[in-house]
Amino acid sequence: MSSTPTPVPPPVRLITRDDVAALAAGAAVFGTGGGGSVHAVQLSVEVAIEANGPVRVVGVDELGPDDAVIIMSAMGAPAVGIEMLGASSQAHTLLREVERLIGRPITTVMAAEIGGSNGVAPVGWAATLGLAVLDADGMGRAFPEATMISMNVAGLPSEFAVMSDVVGNVTVLRTIDIAWLERHARAFTVAAGGIALGAHYLLTHETAPGAVIEGTVSRAVHVGRRLLSASEPVAEISEELGAAVLLGGKVIDIDRNTAGGFTRGSVTIDGTGDDRGRMLRVEIQNENLVVIEDGAVIVSAPDLVTILDSETGEAISTEMLRFGQRVSVIAWACDPLWRTPRGIELAGPRAFGYDFDYVPFDGVAETSSPEHDAPGSAAIETPEVAR
Amino acid sequence: MSAAIRDLSVGIDVGGTNTDAVVLDADGTVIAWTKQTTTPDVTGGIRAALAAVLGDLGSARDRVSRVMLGTTHATNAIVRRRGLGRVAVIRLGAPASTEFPSLAGWPADLRDTVLAGALLAGGGHLVDGYPLSPLDTDGIRRFLDSLEGSYDAVAVCGIFSPSFPDQELEVAALIGDHVGVDVPVSLSHEIGALGLLERENATVLNAALYGIARDVTHALLTVVTEEQLDAATFFAQNDGTLMAVEYAARYPVLTIGSGPANSIRGAAFLSGADNAIIIDVGGTTSDLGVLVDRFPRESTLPREIGGVRTNFRMPDILSVGLGGGTIIDTTTGAPGFDSVGYRLAEEALLFGGKTPTLTDAAAMVTPDMIPGHTLPTLDRATRSALGNALAVAHDRIEAAVERMSLGRVGLPLIVVGGGGFLVPDRVLGASEVLHPARGNVANAVGAAIALAGGRADQLCDYADRTSAIEAAGRAAIERAIQAGADPRLVEIVDVLETPISYSSRATLKVSVKAAGPLALIGNPASFVSHTPKDAS
Repeated sequence: MSSTPTPVPPPVRLITRDDVAALAAGAAVFGTGGGGSVHAVQLSVEVAIEANGPVRVVGVDELGPDDAVIIMSAMGAPAVGIEMLGASSQAHTLLREVERLIGRPITTVMAAEIGGSNGVAPVGWAATLGLAVLDADGMGRAFPEATMISMNVAGLPSEFAVMSDVVGNVTVLRTIDIAWLERHARAFTVAAGGIALGAHYLLTHETAPGAVIEGTVSRAVHVGRRLLSASEPVAEISEELGAAVLLGGKVIDIDRNTAGGFTRGSVTIDGTGDDRGRMLRVEIQNENLVVIEDGAVIVSAPDLVTILDSETGEAISTEMLRFGQRVSVIAWACDPLWRTPRGIELAGPRAFGYDFDYVPFDGVAETSSPEHDAPGSAAIETPEVAR
Repeated sequence: MSAAIRDLSVGIDVGGTNTDAVVLDADGTVIAWTKQTTTPDVTGGIRAALAAVLGDLGSARDRVSRVMLGTTHATNAIVRRRGLGRVAVIRLGAPASTEFPSLAGWPADLRDTVLAGALLAGGGHLVDGYPLSPLDTDGIRRFLDSLEGSYDAVAVCGIFSPSFPDQELEVAALIGDHVGVDVPVSLSHEIGALGLLERENATVLNAALYGIARDVTHALLTVVTEEQLDAATFFAQNDGTLMAVEYAARYPVLTIGSGPANSIRGAAFLSGADNAIIIDVGGTTSDLGVLVDRFPRESTLPREIGGVRTNFRMPDILSVGLGGGTIIDTTTGAPGFDSVGYRLAEEALLFGGKTPTLTDAAAMVTPDMIPGHTLPTLDRATRSALGNALAVAHDRIEAAVERMSLGRVGLPLIVVGGGGFLVPDRVLGASEVLHPARGNVANAVGAAIALAGGRADQLCDYADRTSAIEAAGRAAIERAIQAGADPRLVEIVDVLETPISYSSRATLKVSVKAAGPLALIGNPASFVSHTPKDAS
């Protein structure tokens, strides 16, 4: 029952106002439960495109020698982000400082992570700045740490980072590595009132190939379009992604707490319909990281796990999970870059503190077959509700 | 003031179709009730309903000491875009939030109806109270001048004003000085919690509803005066608590969810339960809510009113497309999405019509369900379709009950509303199924028994949690008293804590609610603790 590859739709090369809803819905699916809510940012991107016109999307193979790509992302506390909303001038401030540093114009903006709000917002910044967006991102999903980015996997250094806040303060950070960058960036974010905009990782037509995850903006739009127009959205989204539907059921337990800046916990889903009698547990650290059935790990990061509303197909972020929701758990393979030794070191199960090795998920939906019981079966305790 | 015992309460519910009224005595017994037609001017329906129940009381009418009104009037005004005022919108916090212009997410027709003009002015605070930018008082004056009086009200919304409200108050004083105190001003920190766009939306809706609020409060006061009742008057709000009429006139937006809230509390009261699942089965939909320690459980998700996202305190309601008028598809034997609605009495088979409905399906199983009406002879296929549809309806009700229960088993299911016969006598997950007497006027009963309440939010360091909860509690109690609660009896009824992710310091949002019985009345505890005598 492995998913057969479907004909790939042509890449998206222009994002109009009417495409933003699809991009947002798709980005939420790639958010794997995290990445921030797409609802408010969808509104701001629509406003920016209405004011400035549609945004060009450029493929990595279309970059020329004159192109310069910069990654832009927002950083901060979601609870502050719903109150102190962004300023249009922030993107301008940031861009001016980057261009002054590198002595040449930036042509293209890339998302750090396609998953969640940071996958949608760069389109609005590109519209405001009159730039293109790269059909790529640094994660192919959402991850909680700045170090978990494809350029870091590829060994590409970030020579500088620029951050700006809502009132116009701007700072340049030159740190010895990206782990230190995260620490200093967080300090700036606190001074800025809990939310800041950042730019880092200058990329060119020479450095981008192999260091970014390609085609993800197009993919998010395609997934979102299928989601918004489908009569059976879960099946169509899965087909579009090449994902397996692990289980359809209802949420029967949510164990969630916030500590150390992360939402940690698990959600237990009891199978219904054809899946009656089965039960899955999804382990969460901001994102959905591990799926366990009968005490065995069946999927783990960096492969992708998303919980969809069974009826609408909309991705449900971890903070929106509620008891009794009818949901479908889908999983699909990560980009090959994450399956390299360096990728697994940065974003495999052990990077999140789990004591088992990564076993690639191959998209086979028959998860209860015995051969899947092997990996990690000794490492993860069976949840009490499953007994 | 007469010397007679003044122990009666009147509850009035003004709905889109009917205006209901009930009279409760001190024991909580429904001693009079009526259902009248809602009139376009509102006053006529209230007048007829109040006259009917007072007529039933006879000389006991002198014992009425208070009148409570719940209404969907404000909701209907927003949904139909009628009777709304034009609002000058001032947001404090430039240059933050320029990515999100005021009212950007509103349906265009509603925005055009309501928006007189918008200004993003300097002002506002960071999460820690540091000023975002200096307050631009000159800019606010120039903005108001530029509108040349083309507005009915002003809405003011400052970034982080729920945590730091002084600046909005300063702006309100400035507006009063500049354009006169006759122009009503809505301040966001008095209306909503953190979440700038949703709070601003609610504040603007509140400002747009002042005219409507005047009409309804005026209608209630007029009728009460006409009847020469020496009674205090109150409005019911979203969370099942009451507010004084002057407060309702200032915060009309807080009445928006009072319909479902009253139905939940009224149903609970009629059955005597403190914790229960409520199902209100109407002609088109069934609305389920949950009663937790006498209060409707609130929704944690943003609510849309007429296409506008808000963050009101609203009851957590699950609406299922099943009602007495739901049309059955005889080819598939499934309940459809459509309903014959108010035409049930003409179109259903039971009443001689041609449309098979869930009412007919229930009547097939229970032939004496509606006295004086019997089903015509039905062919086998139709009988089978009706039977099947009823079974599907039961399954959906059971699934909805389970979903609302959040895993708590053993709660009673209380059935109110005209289509209550659709709910089977046994529902999986519910300890028992209760059909309280007078369930047809549960909304008006809910209005008659509502408490006065208030809520306040506060952001704090985790280390300051205890003092933050105390401070929020004091603010909540103050708001409850402002809303009419007896200062001696008001108490904290709910504390919510929300940790904030990604902050370097452990930060917490605490939200505290206080409520208490209304002042002015002796022995108010009887209004929440007694089981009515005529409940089944």
